[in-house]
Amino acid sequence: MKARIHITLKSGVLDPQGKAIANALGNLGFQGVDGVRQGKYLEIDLAETDPGKARANVNAMCEGLLANMVIEEYAVEVSE
Amino acid sequence: MTAAVIVFPGSNCDRDAAVAIEHATGTAPTMVWHRETALPEVDLIVLPGGFSYGDYLRAGALAAQSPIMNDIVARAKSGIAVLGICNGFQILTESGLLPGAILRNAGLNFVCRDVALRVENNLSKFTDRYDLNEVVHIPVAHHDGNFQASPETLDRLEGEGMVAFRYCDDDGEPGGSPNGAARNIAGILNDAGNVLGMMPHPERVADARLGGTDGAKMFDGLATVLA
Repeated sequence: MKARIHITLKSGVLDPQGKAIANALGNLGFQGVDGVRQGKYLEIDLAETDPGKARANVNAMCEGLLANMVIEEYAVEVSE
Repeated sequence: MTAAVIVFPGSNCDRDAAVAIEHATGTAPTMVWHRETALPEVDLIVLPGGFSYGDYLRAGALAAQSPIMNDIVARAKSGIAVLGICNGFQILTESGLLPGAILRNAGLNFVCRDVALRVENNLSKFTDRYDLNEVVHIPVAHHDGNFQASPETLDRLEGEGMVAFRYCDDDGEPGGSPNGAARNIAGILNDAGNVLGMMPHPERVADARLGGTDGAKMFDGLATVLA
């Protein structure tokens, strides 16, 4: 199975990189960008075939290493 | 005092820390590679500055999972002094030995310069030689030094004397953080006071020939307290 993971800063955490990206988009002439939040995207190939088990395993990976739960949150999608 | 300096792939201040420790104690510390699983019996463990694992994933995140970290966490919990400098501070927050997290500098630039710090707690093993509210000058050199924590955690750090150093101006007025750190926090202690993490590099000002001795006081103090 494949797990697709998005890791982003929690909503209250300041994101200076996102802000700089938003400014750069404005400089390029893109109007109406109200805000940018940047983060990480990971794909993990798993030997597990049970979606429930795969998801539980990936959640544990996120909380143990992939995300810093003090400042970040994660979202997991699991597919064939 | 006996000491161990942990060496991760990408550490680059490990030898500076060793020189500062030997200068203070007369004894060279044991250099311990991160793949080791047990530390020698020592009074002080130093996690040095650098870019362990190239800052992959998050600064300090992969080093926090190194084999040697299990024993470091156990020693820290048993009360052994642990000093994390710069990348070492990042590793201490990533391993849960210190609260909060360290983010990319608010200005997004790598910052490398001397900063003024106010000593907020001089009752710890690490700050014994400093006066309370003393202003010291110690260099920073980092891209990720923006210490953040929840308002409750910040209140607890301040209320319980766990803030060791704060960025300030030359008169000691807090401010001028080089990285956007919450409440100008440059270094914090754990609850028990035996773990210190700080972004500035005391080992770089531990010899007058290198431009200052404000950092030497930390190593001299540790050598006395842990003798």
